[in-house]
Amino acid sequence: MRLLYALLLLLVPVLGVYTFVTADQHGWWFPDNVSTYGPSIDRLFYLIQAMVAITFIGTEVLLAWFMYKYSKRRDDRGVFSHGNHKLEMVWTAIPAVLLLVIAFAQMGTWAEIKFQKGFPDGEFSMDRPIAEVVASQFDWRAIYPGEDGVIGTMDDLENPFEFVVPVDEDVVFNLRSRDVIHAFFVPQFRLKQDALPGHTIPVWFNATEEGVYDLICAELCGWGHYKMAGRVRVVSRPEYDQFLADLDQEWFSNGMEEVQ
Amino acid sequence: MTPPPPPPPNGHAAAPPIHGAPHVAPGEGAPGTVREHHEDHHELGFLRKYVFSVDHKVIGIQFLFSGLIFMVLGGLMAMAIRWQLAWPWTEMPVVGRLLFPQTGKVISPEFYTVLFTMHGTVMIFFVIIPLLTGAFGNYLIPTMIGAPDMAFPKLNMFSYWAMIPAFVCGMAGFFIEGGAAAAGWTAYPPLSTIESAAPGSMSGQTFWLLALTFVGLSSMMGAVNYVTTVVKMRAPGLTMMRLPLTIWALFIAALLQLFALPVLTSASIMQILDRVADTGFFTPTNLVVNNLTPDATGAAAGGQPLLWQHLFWFYSHPAVYIMVLPAMGFASDILATHARKPIFGYKPMVYSMSAIAGLGFIVWGHHMFTSGMNPKLGMTFMVSTVMIALPSAIKVFNWLGTLWGGRIRLNSPMLFASAFVSMFIIGGLSGIWMAATPVDVYIHDTYIVVAHFHYVVFAGSVFAIFAAIYHWFPKMFGRMMNETLGKLHFLGTFVFTNLVFYMMHQLGVAGLMRRTADPYAYEVYAHLQPLNQFISMAAFSLFIWQLFFVVNFFHSLFFGKRVGRNPWQACSLEWAAPSPPGHGNFDRELSVHRGPYEYAAPEADEDYQPQWEK
Repeated sequence: MRLLYALLLLLVPVLGVYTFVTADQHGWWFPDNVSTYGPSIDRLFYLIQAMVAITFIGTEVLLAWFMYKYSKRRDDRGVFSHGNHKLEMVWTAIPAVLLLVIAFAQMGTWAEIKFQKGFPDGEFSMDRPIAEVVASQFDWRAIYPGEDGVIGTMDDLENPFEFVVPVDEDVVFNLRSRDVIHAFFVPQFRLKQDALPGHTIPVWFNATEEGVYDLICAELCGWGHYKMAGRVRVVSRPEYDQFLADLDQEWFSNGMEEVQ
Repeated sequence: MTPPPPPPPNGHAAAPPIHGAPHVAPGEGAPGTVREHHEDHHELGFLRKYVFSVDHKVIGIQFLFSGLIFMVLGGLMAMAIRWQLAWPWTEMPVVGRLLFPQTGKVISPEFYTVLFTMHGTVMIFFVIIPLLTGAFGNYLIPTMIGAPDMAFPKLNMFSYWAMIPAFVCGMAGFFIEGGAAAAGWTAYPPLSTIESAAPGSMSGQTFWLLALTFVGLSSMMGAVNYVTTVVKMRAPGLTMMRLPLTIWALFIAALLQLFALPVLTSASIMQILDRVADTGFFTPTNLVVNNLTPDATGAAAGGQPLLWQHLFWFYSHPAVYIMVLPAMGFASDILATHARKPIFGYKPMVYSMSAIAGLGFIVWGHHMFTSGMNPKLGMTFMVSTVMIALPSAIKVFNWLGTLWGGRIRLNSPMLFASAFVSMFIIGGLSGIWMAATPVDVYIHDTYIVVAHFHYVVFAGSVFAIFAAIYHWFPKMFGRMMNETLGKLHFLGTFVFTNLVFYMMHQLGVAGLMRRTADPYAYEVYAHLQPLNQFISMAAFSLFIWQLFFVVNFFHSLFFGKRVGRNPWQACSLEWAAPSPPGHGNFDRELSVHRGPYEYAAPEADEDYQPQWEK
């Protein structure tokens, strides 16, 4: 019986590690990254994983081993010990250092993604965002500024469901919600940001591969939360310009018919 | 003036659980117990004795039973959630016809949101916190410190009776228009404050908030009592540094409740006012919800949804520690007792629990990294969150140190307690990913988070609760639980728990969002359905496997082997009392001569030296 329990406890690190190692083959791992800051997020994940794995395997194996070794029936008494000051200092200091490493290792990436001071300042910037992405129960729409480059004016172009952006460019957009809290999540971009009613939140990313990506609402927003799907389409610059021209055409002509 | 001891209502064996338990002392092993002495109070009627009781043991057992009953209910909700995630929008076999006749035996998306909202609410507020602090806190604090009862017995009674309106309000939602609350257990406004935002945000949400307020009231009354009792009523010689770690943990958890709960209670009253009086604390101006402009969102609203998140997490993060500190305390006592060894590093254990509690007050913002709050604030919360891993790590190392060189008895309490350590390691380590802000941007609100908190609160706290029930059942009811059934219960529970929750990490790394009724509509998630089906099968097995526990619990209650005072040869004071203890707990004067974990001392006659023996 002792062996059974010890093996059971040992199964946790063994199967745990096995699952993580083989997860990629089963598709139980990260979706491919297509953003510029994605790799540093993934690197951080793997750095933490390395430290966690060592601690995990070490402590779980010790636990299983102790449970096996010291559950043997014996007539004598156990070790009469209330602790060991030196040992405890060691196992306090080492994790403390490791944790500080983790804390400092991530600050740069966090600042790069979130601090507005460091936001891209090219064609698209916090002053001239590419578009405003508006969430509401249960859909997404992208509002492009039109020719005047200013959002909230008569020539705005509204594209429901799909947010189209040019590839390999720093894209800054404003995120808004009309009703409750939603969240803008594109797994391949490693990007998630809540859309907060009453606030306009600037967000940036740089997508490195053309393609169509699921835009997922990641904050509970009501009964239809599960179907609040959108799309981010990353296209080449010419295609992007064409898209805007088409949208302008569509929006403009529709508008004229209504006026007449 | 000594009336004869009250006869058991129907004889012990057939006595209903609560009846047979604390007052009557069946099967008391030690001959010549001075029962007359400690039961020379007035004969109490049935209602005063078992229902409106002021005896901490009866109140503890009341919390135990209501907690276990709600655990079944919360578990059933989890099963329904698992059904939907494995086979979305398919007819539920057997029970579907009874539960969802209007929707064609299928869980509707509205009801799915209700399910996970109420699963979380029931498990946290009606099960885990009441079981740890209500049931075991009540039962163990006076008995382990050598006190006859709590400092304020009447307040103690009210703390249980405040739970009754909480239960009623919590369940009322299922029977009213719009259904129960459906804004998640976190109840983020404006989803929770605006009626047109969700069906569950009609009266269901108001009842939910009332339930929360009553739970808060109950916990605050309990916490005042626990703190006072521990500070003022310890037996002579029982210094703070001789307290069992269970008592330290419950004491620290009570302090957390005292300081954090008023904030949640105020916040929930503010949200009630937002809903019924349009105060607009949390509702910003000019919303258009469901094509309606609700009253409270007019020009005068000016509220701030983030305010709720701050207030809510200011309590609800410390609440996580309220849910795990007592579990750590139980595990420490059980490991030391059944490994026949002193706790390795008693003082560091106390200091690390205090550090967890202290840091626990300044980490709440890690729930809000992606919420839109100032990213500099996020960085601050990141540092405090990363550092809270340190005291947790120290505790794990000390538990391992306790096991090292022991003479371990592999019985049910020990198996569950050692599994608690194993599971807490996983739950603690996965927290480090979440503390890392850039990584959290990706994994926030994914199944990694779900795996993480279930490892802490289910595989951690609930395993510790099981360990505690197996360990203290003989004290509470004077009978042993069945070992074979206990071991069987452990085997399946351990295996299935890991199959269910470990695999959720993989779902999370793949980016799967929580709270989605049908994730497979998204292309990135479509391939995850088989894994979810596997998890659901394991979850159903886990649920059914708990039958071993239910059978064992009730069978042992009536037919378990009778035990004496100290069946485990343990050192702490509760084992000096009869099993079960009578009114006033102890039948002799107690004085304490040493710490609670003096096992294996080489010079002693026995391998344990109880605290009360000279």
